[in-house]
Amino acid sequence: MKTTEEIFQILKENFPNSELTLKTDVPTEPFIIIAPFDVDKISLFLRDNPDLLFDSLMCLSGVDDFNGQKVKDENGNEVMQGGTLSVYYHLESTSIRHKLVLKTSTSRDNPEVVSVSEIWNSANWHEREAFDMFGIKFINHPDLRRILMPYDWEFGYPLRKDYQNPEFYQGMKVPY
Amino acid sequence: MSIRTEEMVLNMGPQHPSTHGVLRLELTLEGEIITKVVPHIGYLHRCFEKHCEAMTYQQVVPYTDRMDYLAAMGNELGYAIAVEKLLNIQVPERVEYIRVIMAELQRIASHLVAIGTYGADIGAFTPFLYCFRDRERILHLFEITCGARLLYNYIWPGGLSHDLHPDFVRLTREFIKEFRPNLVELNNLLTYNRIFIDRTANVGILPVETAINFGITGPMLRGSGMKWDLRRDDPYSVYHKFEFDIPVGEGKMGTVGDSWDRYYVRVREMEESLKIIEQALDQLPEGDVTSAIPKRIKPPVGQVYTRIENPRGELGYFIISDGSTSPFRVKVRAPSFVNLQIMDELCRGHMVADVVAILGSVDIVLGEVDR
Repeated sequence: MKTTEEIFQILKENFPNSELTLKTDVPTEPFIIIAPFDVDKISLFLRDNPDLLFDSLMCLSGVDDFNGQKVKDENGNEVMQGGTLSVYYHLESTSIRHKLVLKTSTSRDNPEVVSVSEIWNSANWHEREAFDMFGIKFINHPDLRRILMPYDWEFGYPLRKDYQNPEFYQGMKVPY
Repeated sequence: MSIRTEEMVLNMGPQHPSTHGVLRLELTLEGEIITKVVPHIGYLHRCFEKHCEAMTYQQVVPYTDRMDYLAAMGNELGYAIAVEKLLNIQVPERVEYIRVIMAELQRIASHLVAIGTYGADIGAFTPFLYCFRDRERILHLFEITCGARLLYNYIWPGGLSHDLHPDFVRLTREFIKEFRPNLVELNNLLTYNRIFIDRTANVGILPVETAINFGITGPMLRGSGMKWDLRRDDPYSVYHKFEFDIPVGEGKMGTVGDSWDRYYVRVREMEESLKIIEQALDQLPEGDVTSAIPKRIKPPVGQVYTRIENPRGELGYFIISDGSTSPFRVKVRAPSFVNLQIMDELCRGHMVADVVAILGSVDIVLGEVDR
């Protein structure tokens, strides 16, 4: 059993060139912030290191941080410029029984994160969902298609906070 | 000499009776052997997570019912625990006990559907009726408690909407007494049926390492022989006070982790749930069930991930609060969503008819897959 602080120290020793931040000031669960292009390296280390053995990815969630600048577009709708999108990883070790939360943030205009679906197969559909709902592109993902929305959905990413419903979808009026 | 035939793509669903809803499986076949399965989901997508962001914390509860509609009590319980953790409040002991009783009754009802429809998928129609007869009695217990049979809105953050009906304890004890012999009957009818065993044993074998890497949880993981149950391994509510076994797959009729093992784990879990309900009824404390319900839910800025053992596996809620009365982000880690990913791995090399046997043993609820 290792706490997030101890794991943070281990990661710091092994990845001296990576940006790592420990956040403990939030209630209920501390987490470690990592850079979006280090995700795969750090994940592989977390899974295979004999002291950590994070063999299971419980959950992977995309989040719209909604921290950019609000501007009006030509139709008078409020849209967001700049800011970040985040991905949270909830890891667990079924043998050592400790848990860890990782977070990575990427720019909203060109959101790119390295995929971990090679490391944990369960990430495959979670990443597709995050792509579908937030438009986060997972680099090296084997099959990055929409998953819950129709394949021909071309009106943006529904879970972004500034998402606008289209007026018509295939001839059907949407806001009824 | 082997003859190479051209590959064929066959769509199973979205309106196929054995897909338990609107799921489309795109099968690539070589003759009758499956070489690839691509599940297409999303036909039931209704933006649960987007809805949550526009509602207050209390208003989300009825929506959680509609995800895994066969185990609505479990969904509510998971959500209530997550919000309580964000608010950092304790609920009265009576509430915890009633929640456990409801969750376990729900587990039995849900497994009865899983088992009954699994038999019906494979060709045994009679056990389906026996299962639904018993499930009906559980739904009646829920009905006298909160007025609804499927979508309850019963477990609220901080408490329950109603106290138990005065007859509830007596009726539940009667149900347990009469359900035990019915389980034996079910075993004789379906579990040890020669045709059923031939259809399910050694079909869709899932090794435990693969299962963990795919994030498989619940009866599927236990069917592969791993003793992993959140009720014991990461206890929530008052589960640490009860004694129960965790059934795992043993390969009794074939190999460990085959479809029959996954099925049989569910049968034995119902017996364990009965034990938990009996203990909870014996120890049921007195008290007020609505006293701790907060009038206004406004958690501090923060985030929480909580999980419970739902009938289909680990149900997780990831909630981010921005300090207002409605959640900033709710992500649901639905067990069926994660478990369904394994279809390709399990079906390869099997016949088309086995897809039905494997899908039934995965036991998905599309309302939860698509959310």
